[in-house]
Amino acid sequence: MLSGGDILIRCLQEEDVDYVFGYPGGTVLHIYDSLYKQNRIKHILVRHEQSATHMADGYARSTGRPGVVLVTSGPGATNAITGIATAYMDSIPMVVISGQVQSHLIGTDSFQETDMVGISRPIVKHSFLVRDARDIATAIKKAFYIATSGRPGPVVIDIPKDITNPTELVEYDYPKQLTMRSYSPAAKGHTGQIKKAVAMLLEAERPMIYAGGGVIQGNASDELRELTQMLNYPITNTLMGLGAFPGTDRQCLGMLGMHGTYEANMAMHHCDLLIAMGARFDDRVTNTVSKFCPYAKIIHIDIDPASISKNVTVDVPIVGPIRTVLAEMLDIARPKMAKRTKTQLARLDEWWDQIEGWRKQDCLQVTPCEDGTTIKPQEVIQAVYKVTGGTSYVTSDVGQHQMFAALYHPFDEPRKWINSGGLGTMGFGLPAAMGVQMAYPDEVVTCITGEGSIQMNIQELSTCGQFALPVKIINLNNRALGMVKQWQDMQYDGRHSHSYMDSLPDFVKLVEAYGHVGFKIESLDELEPVLQEAYSLKDKLVFVDVMVDPEEHVYPMQVAPNGSMRDMWLKKGVRT
Amino acid sequence: MRRIISVLIENEAGALSRVVGLFAQRSYNIETLTVAPTEDETLSRLTLTTSASDTQVEQITKQLNKLIEVIKLVDLTDGEHIERELMLIKVKASGAQRAEIKRTADIFRGQIVDVTHNAYTIQLAGTSDKLDAFLRAMSESVVLEVVRSGVSGLSRGEKVLAI
Ligand SMILES: Cc1ncc(C[n+]2csc(CCOP(=O)(O)OP(=O)(O)O)c2C)c(N)n1
Ligand SMILES: [Mg+2]
Repeated sequence: MLSGGDILIRCLQEEDVDYVFGYPGGTVLHIYDSLYKQNRIKHILVRHEQSATHMADGYARSTGRPGVVLVTSGPGATNAITGIATAYMDSIPMVVISGQVQSHLIGTDSFQETDMVGISRPIVKHSFLVRDARDIATAIKKAFYIATSGRPGPVVIDIPKDITNPTELVEYDYPKQLTMRSYSPAAKGHTGQIKKAVAMLLEAERPMIYAGGGVIQGNASDELRELTQMLNYPITNTLMGLGAFPGTDRQCLGMLGMHGTYEANMAMHHCDLLIAMGARFDDRVTNTVSKFCPYAKIIHIDIDPASISKNVTVDVPIVGPIRTVLAEMLDIARPKMAKRTKTQLARLDEWWDQIEGWRKQDCLQVTPCEDGTTIKPQEVIQAVYKVTGGTSYVTSDVGQHQMFAALYHPFDEPRKWINSGGLGTMGFGLPAAMGVQMAYPDEVVTCITGEGSIQMNIQELSTCGQFALPVKIINLNNRALGMVKQWQDMQYDGRHSHSYMDSLPDFVKLVEAYGHVGFKIESLDELEPVLQEAYSLKDKLVFVDVMVDPEEHVYPMQVAPNGSMRDMWLKKGVRT
Repeated sequence: MRRIISVLIENEAGALSRVVGLFAQRSYNIETLTVAPTEDETLSRLTLTTSASDTQVEQITKQLNKLIEVIKLVDLTDGEHIERELMLIKVKASGAQRAEIKRTADIFRGQIVDVTHNAYTIQLAGTSDKLDAFLRAMSESVVLEVVRSGVSGLSRGEKVLAI
């Protein structure tokens, strides 16, 4: 016989949870007491519940295991909402346990009451309101199963305080098996469809592979690499898919979409066969849907049937786990490779020639500032890549710096690039980096941020001190909400309505006040040496505040509205 | 096009709000909605009507299927089906009108289920079209109150929606 609080913690142990990111309060006090009495699960006390969710998210993205969050009712729960929505939009497995007021007070507008199940409904994969201590174990079991299977996502478990009361003991038994008649994600793709897709793939003259975050979430990077290399087809990754295929490989054309590379967007526009996998034809990818890939037949592999033909109608849908589907495709395609005709191979060469032509445009070329001292934001990313050898985990916030990181830092492995793609949540970067560092204490973790974004969760510098998290924070300081300002430059005749950051703190002093190390870089010649030094301080959190050219824009940028994939701004005032 | 979607769903607290929330969130429209437990008390059957294009209805059914509590669903309008809606209508009925209203109700196979000096309450079951037609036929009379149940339906023949 155990109390509800003890049951909850036991269940988390059963699920092999090592970290819980949370913040205490009235309705979760029983649970915190149960946490106190054990030492298998480590609790990370954050400074704001939003960060708890982002930390759990960073942990989940980097490990593939669900992140776990514990918050109190009312303001604790509402503070967690942004992080839950962030995880939801990027299909990240997460279990959020929120306290609720005592059962008899629910519905009475009691102190710190909020309808968490109601508020979170549109941004969770599922949620539970537990009404009896005997139901906790099943709810937890189901929550972890739902969060991690099929298309992953966050699950909320709302638990009224009385259910975890230490004086009320109930029978405890963690369910070994789980069957849910209403939930059974596809276990494999339809073989007929897969055969059809392979046939189309092999017949294509101008094929293109478009791989998204689903490949990473579905642990299918190896299969993707094998298939892509076997076929020798060009591939582009979405913002969420960077690292699914090695970014430095010749076959990789880089990111596509609004800020995609010239070659990736051109190849998308001109291809005659598109195979999309674990990607969802987001509006930041397709530009004007009616003009998207006008010559292409489309194959789409996704675990979520609702992703298929949602924005773009596809010719061959395949619903299933990406990994097993790709493995099956490989098996079917392999024996056929030798049978490709000379003409077919010649056509593929022609296609590659065309792509290499686009590549010659060198759309990511950086022109250093004429004064020789002013630092371009792109140069910072390139320097980070050089100094780290491109091997660190990189999280980012949202804005220009995010796009620069995505474009100028290639990722050769999955789960190394961590950013909020779907929701675009400023304030994500630092706590996400902390979650990654928690999961991989011996790895180098970089957070690329902007002076706007970092201030949205800067209080976590304190948590970093408490738990000794040696994250390297690289602040691309352009004294502006750069991405907003860029749009105002391009669409509002340069009227910079509230996109400047006045009264910035002295970041070096600020991080020092938290007990960390800070550097400020103002001229190009300092960039590499100071970064070297920052990364050499292995056990320290180092904040590097880099003053960058505030006038810089992110290019390429697709022309909108009404543009197609190939309509891009390549530089200020230069269009395709 | 008008669609009748019939959903078998876990009879659990919160399940209905997820369905309704989904429609609001994705700005699909719901014209009618009825829900009640089935012969198996752990299951509810929910019928909703919506007007949507083919692509929209594909998304609606996929999104509904994604809800964890939804077990199965069918778009009844895909095949032959039976649909019924119940209407109770209270009309002013006095003097010569009374006979006229009764005659109209008879034509529509409605039943007068409550009578006062000045009013009739008529019960009518049928397709939504038939109910609409009856309302139009009553347009000469003073309609005091109308309540409709929303559509329920099932497939014709031996096809069933069951687990
Ligand atoms: C929470 C939140 N609020 C507002 C926005 C809109 N937004 C997108 S980018 C951006 C500017 C970010 O500024 P900064 O972090 O300094 O990055 P920069 O673009 O300057 O590199 C804003 C305000 C957002 N994405 N998230
Ligand atoms: Mg900025």
